[in-house]
Amino acid sequence: MLSVIAEVTGSLGAVGYGLAAIGPGIGIGIIFGNGVQAIARQPEAYGVIRQNMFIGFALAEALALLGFVAPFVFK
Amino acid sequence: MANPSSVVAGEFDCHLYGNCGFPAPGTEIFQFNEIVHFSVFGIDFSIAKPTILLLLVSLIIIVFFSIAFLKPKLVPSKVQSIGEVSYVFVRDQISRETIGKAGDRFVPFLFALFFFVFLNNFMGIVPGAQFPATSLFVYPLVLALIVWVTYMFIGMKHQGPLKFFTNMMFPPGVPAGVLGILAPIEFLSNIIVRPFTLAVRLMANMFAGHLLLTVFIVASIYLFSPSVIGILGSAASGLMTVIMTGFEFMIEALQAYIFTLLTASYIAGSLSHEH
Repeated sequence: MLSVIAEVTGSLGAVGYGLAAIGPGIGIGIIFGNGVQAIARQPEAYGVIRQNMFIGFALAEALALLGFVAPFVFK
Repeated sequence: MANPSSVVAGEFDCHLYGNCGFPAPGTEIFQFNEIVHFSVFGIDFSIAKPTILLLLVSLIIIVFFSIAFLKPKLVPSKVQSIGEVSYVFVRDQISRETIGKAGDRFVPFLFALFFFVFLNNFMGIVPGAQFPATSLFVYPLVLALIVWVTYMFIGMKHQGPLKFFTNMMFPPGVPAGVLGILAPIEFLSNIIVRPFTLAVRLMANMFAGHLLLTVFIVASIYLFSPSVIGILGSAASGLMTVIMTGFEFMIEALQAYIFTLLTASYIAGSLSHEH
Protein backbone atom coordinates (compact mmCIF):
# COMPACT_ATOMS: atom_id res chain seq x y z
CA MET A 1 0.00 0.00 0.00
CA LEU A 2 1.09 3.50 -0.77
CA SER A 3 1.50 5.69 2.26
CA VAL A 4 1.52 9.46 2.14
CA ILE A 5 4.46 10.77 0.14
CA ALA A 6 3.82 14.46 0.37
CA GLU A 7 1.21 16.45 2.20
CA VAL A 8 0.09 20.07 2.08
CA THR A 9 -1.99 21.62 4.81
CA GLY A 10 -3.43 25.07 5.38
CA SER A 11 -5.66 27.22 3.21
CA LEU A 12 -5.64 24.96 0.18
CA GLY A 13 -8.69 26.74 -1.18
CA ALA A 14 -6.74 29.96 -1.53
CA VAL A 15 -3.84 28.15 -3.21
CA GLY A 16 -6.26 26.42 -5.56
CA TYR A 17 -7.89 29.68 -6.50
CA GLY A 18 -4.49 31.21 -7.15
CA LEU A 19 -3.63 28.36 -9.51
CA ALA A 20 -7.04 28.55 -11.18
CA ALA A 21 -6.64 32.28 -11.81
CA ILE A 22 -3.38 32.02 -13.80
CA GLY A 23 -4.83 30.68 -17.04
CA PRO A 24 -7.92 32.90 -17.20
CA GLY A 25 -5.74 35.89 -16.25
CA ILE A 26 -3.53 35.34 -19.27
CA GLY A 27 -6.56 34.58 -21.44
CA ILE A 28 -8.48 37.70 -20.48
CA GLY A 29 -5.37 39.77 -21.02
CA ILE A 30 -4.98 38.39 -24.54
CA ILE A 31 -8.70 38.84 -25.31
CA PHE A 32 -8.88 42.47 -24.26
CA GLY A 33 -5.45 43.31 -25.65
CA ASN A 34 -6.35 42.00 -29.08
CA GLY A 35 -9.84 43.45 -28.81
CA VAL A 36 -8.53 46.95 -28.16
CA GLN A 37 -6.03 46.54 -30.99
CA ALA A 38 -8.82 45.45 -33.35
CA ILE A 39 -10.97 48.43 -32.35
CA ALA A 40 -8.02 50.77 -32.91
CA ARG A 41 -7.46 49.36 -36.37
CA GLN A 42 -11.10 49.29 -37.33
CA PRO A 43 -13.17 51.65 -35.17
CA GLU A 44 -16.30 51.20 -37.32
CA ALA A 45 -16.52 47.52 -36.30
CA TYR A 46 -16.64 48.50 -32.62
CA GLY A 47 -20.00 46.85 -31.93
CA VAL A 48 -19.14 43.42 -33.29
CA ILE A 49 -15.66 43.41 -31.76
CA ARG A 50 -16.92 44.40 -28.32
CA GLN A 51 -19.61 41.74 -28.55
CA ASN A 52 -17.15 38.95 -29.26
CA MET A 53 -14.67 40.38 -26.78
CA PHE A 54 -17.20 40.06 -23.96
CA ILE A 55 -18.29 36.58 -24.99
CA GLY A 56 -14.64 35.46 -24.94
CA PHE A 57 -14.08 37.25 -21.66
CA ALA A 58 -17.09 35.53 -20.08
CA LEU A 59 -15.96 32.10 -21.25
CA ALA A 60 -12.40 32.56 -19.96
CA GLU A 61 -13.54 34.08 -16.70
CA ALA A 62 -15.82 31.14 -15.95
CA LEU A 63 -12.76 28.96 -15.25
CA ALA A 64 -11.42 31.33 -12.62
CA LEU A 65 -14.83 31.52 -10.99
CA LEU A 66 -15.10 27.73 -10.87
CA GLY A 67 -11.78 27.81 -9.03
CA PHE A 68 -13.24 30.36 -6.64
CA VAL A 69 -16.35 28.32 -5.90
CA ALA A 70 -14.69 24.91 -5.68
CA PRO A 71 -13.19 25.38 -2.17
CA PHE A 72 -16.64 26.24 -0.82
CA VAL A 73 -18.16 23.17 -2.43
CA PHE A 74 -15.43 20.60 -1.64
CA LYS A 75 -14.79 21.59 1.94
CA MET B 1 -24.45 30.66 15.60
CA ALA B 2 -27.99 31.63 16.47
CA ASN B 3 -28.40 34.49 14.07
CA PRO B 4 -25.65 34.46 11.45
CA SER B 5 -26.72 37.63 9.67
CA SER B 6 -26.46 39.72 12.80
CA VAL B 7 -22.81 38.80 13.29
CA VAL B 8 -21.66 40.86 10.34
CA ALA B 9 -23.81 43.79 11.39
CA GLY B 10 -20.98 45.01 13.60
CA GLU B 11 -22.31 43.51 16.80
CA PHE B 12 -19.17 41.61 17.70
CA ASP B 13 -16.93 42.97 20.42
CA CYS B 14 -13.77 41.75 18.79
CA HIS B 15 -11.18 44.40 17.98
CA LEU B 16 -7.54 44.79 17.18
CA TYR B 17 -5.24 43.96 20.15
CA GLY B 18 -8.11 42.05 21.71
CA ASN B 19 -7.75 38.41 22.57
CA CYS B 20 -9.53 37.18 19.47
CA GLY B 21 -8.42 36.92 15.87
CA PHE B 22 -9.97 38.48 12.80
CA PRO B 23 -13.53 37.13 12.48
CA ALA B 24 -13.36 36.44 8.76
CA PRO B 25 -16.81 36.18 7.22
CA GLY B 26 -17.54 32.93 5.42
CA THR B 27 -20.48 31.23 3.79
CA GLU B 28 -22.64 31.90 6.84
CA ILE B 29 -23.41 35.38 5.52
CA PHE B 30 -25.39 33.71 2.74
CA GLN B 31 -27.70 31.94 5.14
CA PHE B 32 -30.75 33.71 6.46
CA ASN B 33 -33.32 32.97 9.10
CA GLU B 34 -36.74 32.32 7.64
CA ILE B 35 -39.31 34.98 8.27
CA VAL B 36 -42.48 33.20 7.21
CA HIS B 37 -43.00 29.48 6.95
CA PHE B 38 -46.00 27.76 5.41
CA SER B 39 -46.77 24.67 3.43
CA VAL B 40 -49.10 24.28 0.46
CA PHE B 41 -50.13 20.75 -0.58
CA GLY B 42 -47.27 19.26 1.38
CA ILE B 43 -44.61 21.49 -0.19
CA ASP B 44 -42.73 23.57 2.35
CA PHE B 45 -42.18 27.22 1.63
CA SER B 46 -39.93 29.32 3.79
CA ILE B 47 -39.69 32.98 2.98
CA ALA B 48 -36.42 34.67 3.92
CA LYS B 49 -34.67 37.88 2.90
CA PRO B 50 -33.54 36.72 -0.59
CA THR B 51 -37.08 35.69 -1.50
CA ILE B 52 -38.44 39.03 -0.39
CA LEU B 53 -35.78 40.88 -2.40
CA LEU B 54 -36.64 38.75 -5.42
CA LEU B 55 -40.35 39.55 -5.12
CA LEU B 56 -39.53 43.22 -4.56
CA VAL B 57 -37.42 43.32 -7.73
CA SER B 58 -40.21 41.64 -9.70
CA LEU B 59 -42.68 44.17 -8.36
CA ILE B 60 -40.40 47.10 -9.21
CA ILE B 61 -39.96 45.83 -12.76
CA ILE B 62 -43.69 45.23 -13.27
CA VAL B 63 -44.75 48.59 -11.86
CA PHE B 64 -42.02 50.65 -13.51
CA PHE B 65 -42.37 49.23 -17.00
CA SER B 66 -46.17 49.22 -16.76
CA ILE B 67 -46.04 52.96 -16.13
CA ALA B 68 -43.51 53.31 -18.94
CA PHE B 69 -45.20 51.25 -21.63
CA LEU B 70 -48.93 50.83 -20.91
CA LYS B 71 -49.99 54.23 -22.25
CA PRO B 72 -47.33 55.25 -24.77
CA LYS B 73 -47.48 58.84 -25.97
CA LEU B 74 -45.97 60.36 -29.08
CA VAL B 75 -44.09 62.83 -26.93
CA PRO B 76 -42.75 60.48 -24.24
CA SER B 77 -42.84 61.31 -20.57
CA LYS B 78 -39.72 60.92 -18.44
CA VAL B 79 -40.53 57.36 -17.37
CA GLN B 80 -41.43 56.36 -20.91
CA SER B 81 -38.14 57.80 -22.18
CA ILE B 82 -36.15 55.72 -19.70
CA GLY B 83 -38.13 52.62 -20.67
CA GLU B 84 -37.60 53.25 -24.37
CA VAL B 85 -33.90 53.96 -24.04
CA SER B 86 -33.36 50.75 -22.09
CA TYR B 87 -35.42 48.74 -24.57
CA VAL B 88 -33.48 50.17 -27.50
CA PHE B 89 -30.24 49.39 -25.66
CA VAL B 90 -31.14 45.71 -25.33
CA ARG B 91 -32.43 45.58 -28.92
CA ASP B 92 -29.53 47.36 -30.63
CA GLN B 93 -26.56 46.51 -28.43
CA ILE B 94 -27.40 42.93 -27.54
CA SER B 95 -30.01 41.42 -29.84
CA ARG B 96 -29.24 42.95 -33.24
CA GLU B 97 -25.48 42.67 -32.80
CA THR B 98 -25.75 38.94 -32.10
CA ILE B 99 -28.87 37.59 -33.78
CA GLY B 100 -29.58 40.31 -36.32
CA LYS B 101 -33.01 41.52 -37.43
CA ALA B 102 -34.43 38.02 -36.93
CA GLY B 103 -33.86 38.42 -33.21
CA ASP B 104 -36.33 41.24 -32.76
CA ARG B 105 -39.04 38.89 -31.55
CA PHE B 106 -36.79 37.66 -28.74
CA VAL B 107 -36.10 41.17 -27.48
CA PRO B 108 -38.92 41.14 -24.86
CA PHE B 109 -37.45 37.96 -23.38
CA LEU B 110 -33.91 39.35 -23.37
CA PHE B 111 -35.16 42.66 -22.01
CA ALA B 112 -36.95 41.01 -19.09
CA LEU B 113 -33.95 38.79 -18.42
CA PHE B 114 -31.53 41.71 -18.47
CA PHE B 115 -33.48 43.84 -16.04
CA PHE B 116 -34.35 40.97 -13.74
CA VAL B 117 -30.70 39.96 -13.42
CA PHE B 118 -29.44 43.53 -13.24
CA LEU B 119 -31.84 44.67 -10.52
CA ASN B 120 -31.27 41.50 -8.51
CA ASN B 121 -27.53 42.11 -8.70
CA PHE B 122 -28.01 45.78 -7.94
CA MET B 123 -29.76 44.92 -4.67
CA GLY B 124 -26.29 43.91 -3.46
CA ILE B 125 -25.30 47.57 -3.05
CA VAL B 126 -28.65 49.17 -2.23
CA PRO B 127 -28.49 50.31 1.40
CA GLY B 128 -30.94 48.34 3.50
CA ALA B 129 -31.22 45.47 1.05
CA GLN B 130 -27.49 44.82 0.55
CA PHE B 131 -27.82 41.29 -0.66
CA PRO B 132 -27.77 40.13 -4.28
CA ALA B 133 -30.29 37.28 -4.52
CA THR B 134 -28.37 36.02 -7.56
CA SER B 135 -25.49 35.01 -5.28
CA LEU B 136 -27.54 32.00 -4.17
CA PHE B 137 -27.10 29.25 -6.72
CA VAL B 138 -30.78 28.35 -7.20
CA TYR B 139 -31.84 31.66 -8.71
CA PRO B 140 -29.24 31.79 -11.52
CA LEU B 141 -29.80 28.06 -12.04
CA VAL B 142 -33.51 28.54 -12.68
CA LEU B 143 -32.77 31.46 -15.01
CA ALA B 144 -30.22 29.34 -16.86
CA LEU B 145 -32.75 26.52 -17.16
CA ILE B 146 -35.27 28.92 -18.68
CA VAL B 147 -32.60 29.98 -21.18
CA TRP B 148 -31.72 26.33 -21.84
CA VAL B 149 -35.33 25.37 -22.56
CA THR B 150 -35.68 28.44 -24.79
CA TYR B 151 -32.68 27.80 -27.02
CA MET B 152 -33.27 24.06 -27.19
CA PHE B 153 -36.88 24.63 -28.22
CA ILE B 154 -35.93 27.25 -30.82
CA GLY B 155 -33.22 25.02 -32.19
CA MET B 156 -35.51 22.00 -32.53
CA LYS B 157 -38.21 24.15 -34.09
CA HIS B 158 -35.99 25.85 -36.64
CA GLN B 159 -33.68 23.01 -37.59
CA GLY B 160 -35.85 19.98 -36.87
CA PRO B 161 -35.67 17.84 -33.70
CA LEU B 162 -32.98 15.49 -35.01
CA LYS B 163 -31.23 17.90 -37.38
CA PHE B 164 -30.59 20.25 -34.45
CA PHE B 165 -28.41 17.66 -32.74
CA THR B 166 -26.66 16.45 -35.89
CA ASN B 167 -25.91 20.03 -36.98
CA MET B 168 -24.52 20.71 -33.54
CA MET B 169 -22.37 17.58 -33.33
CA PHE B 170 -21.22 17.25 -36.93
CA PRO B 171 -20.37 20.71 -38.26
CA PRO B 172 -19.68 20.73 -42.03
CA GLY B 173 -16.10 20.83 -43.29
CA VAL B 174 -14.55 18.95 -40.37
CA PRO B 175 -12.27 15.97 -41.18
CA ALA B 176 -13.78 12.60 -40.27
CA GLY B 177 -10.94 11.71 -37.91
CA VAL B 178 -11.54 14.76 -35.74
CA LEU B 179 -15.28 14.15 -35.55
CA GLY B 180 -14.77 11.26 -33.14
CA ILE B 181 -13.42 13.71 -30.57
CA LEU B 182 -15.36 16.78 -31.65
CA ALA B 183 -18.88 15.32 -31.61
CA PRO B 184 -18.99 14.34 -27.90
CA ILE B 185 -17.26 17.54 -26.87
CA GLU B 186 -19.72 19.66 -28.84
CA PHE B 187 -22.64 17.73 -27.43
CA LEU B 188 -21.42 18.08 -23.84
CA SER B 189 -20.55 21.75 -24.18
CA ASN B 190 -23.86 22.68 -25.78
CA ILE B 191 -26.23 20.64 -23.68
CA ILE B 192 -24.67 20.39 -20.24
CA VAL B 193 -21.80 22.86 -19.81
CA ARG B 194 -23.59 25.89 -21.27
CA PRO B 195 -26.44 26.24 -18.74
CA PHE B 196 -24.13 25.23 -15.91
CA THR B 197 -21.48 27.85 -16.66
CA LEU B 198 -24.16 30.45 -17.34
CA ALA B 199 -25.52 29.94 -13.83
CA VAL B 200 -22.14 29.54 -12.12
CA ARG B 201 -20.69 32.66 -13.76
CA LEU B 202 -23.44 34.90 -12.43
CA MET B 203 -23.59 33.23 -9.04
CA ALA B 204 -19.83 33.21 -8.46
CA ASN B 205 -19.43 36.85 -9.45
CA MET B 206 -22.12 38.01 -7.07
CA PHE B 207 -20.91 35.64 -4.36
CA ALA B 208 -17.34 36.91 -4.64
CA GLY B 209 -18.43 40.53 -4.73
CA HIS B 210 -20.65 40.24 -1.69
CA LEU B 211 -17.98 38.36 0.25
CA LEU B 212 -15.37 40.95 -0.70
CA LEU B 213 -17.52 43.86 0.51
CA THR B 214 -18.25 42.01 3.75
CA VAL B 215 -14.58 41.25 4.37
CA PHE B 216 -13.63 44.91 3.99
CA ILE B 217 -16.41 46.26 6.19
CA VAL B 218 -15.81 43.63 8.87
CA ALA B 219 -12.10 44.47 8.75
CA SER B 220 -12.96 48.14 9.16
CA ILE B 221 -14.96 47.41 12.31
CA TYR B 222 -12.37 44.96 13.60
CA LEU B 223 -9.47 47.38 13.16
CA PHE B 224 -11.31 50.24 14.85
CA SER B 225 -9.46 50.66 18.13
CA PRO B 226 -7.75 53.50 20.01
CA SER B 227 -4.35 53.31 18.32
CA VAL B 228 -2.74 54.97 15.31
CA ILE B 229 -2.50 51.70 13.39
CA GLY B 230 -6.10 50.89 14.26
CA ILE B 231 -7.52 54.23 13.11
CA LEU B 232 -5.47 54.28 9.88
CA GLY B 233 -6.26 50.67 9.03
CA SER B 234 -9.93 51.11 9.80
CA ALA B 235 -10.14 54.24 7.64
CA ALA B 236 -8.27 52.55 4.78
CA SER B 237 -10.53 49.52 4.95
CA GLY B 238 -13.64 51.69 5.09
CA LEU B 239 -12.45 53.68 2.08
CA MET B 240 -11.77 50.43 0.29
CA THR B 241 -15.38 49.38 0.97
CA VAL B 242 -16.62 52.52 -0.77
CA ILE B 243 -14.30 51.96 -3.74
CA MET B 244 -15.28 48.30 -3.99
CA THR B 245 -18.96 49.27 -3.90
CA GLY B 246 -18.38 51.36 -7.01
CA PHE B 247 -16.48 48.48 -8.57
CA GLU B 248 -19.33 46.12 -7.65
CA PHE B 249 -21.78 48.33 -9.48
CA MET B 250 -19.70 47.95 -12.63
CA ILE B 251 -19.47 44.17 -12.18
CA GLU B 252 -23.22 43.88 -11.59
CA ALA B 253 -24.10 45.75 -14.77
CA LEU B 254 -21.44 43.81 -16.72
CA GLN B 255 -22.68 40.44 -15.49
CA ALA B 256 -26.29 41.26 -16.40
CA TYR B 257 -25.03 42.33 -19.84
CA ILE B 258 -22.97 39.16 -20.27
CA PHE B 259 -25.81 36.93 -19.13
CA THR B 260 -28.15 38.46 -21.70
CA LEU B 261 -25.45 38.54 -24.37
CA LEU B 262 -24.68 34.84 -23.97
CA THR B 263 -28.40 34.04 -24.04
CA ALA B 264 -28.69 35.99 -27.28
CA SER B 265 -25.70 34.20 -28.77
CA TYR B 266 -27.13 30.79 -27.80
CA ILE B 267 -30.42 31.72 -29.47
CA ALA B 268 -28.48 32.88 -32.53
CA GLY B 269 -26.69 29.52 -32.59
CA SER B 270 -30.02 27.71 -32.47
CA LEU B 271 -31.50 29.83 -35.27
CA SER B 272 -28.70 29.14 -37.73
CA HIS B 273 -26.48 26.10 -37.93
CA GLU B 274 -23.42 27.60 -39.61
CA HIS B 275 -21.53 27.75 -36.34
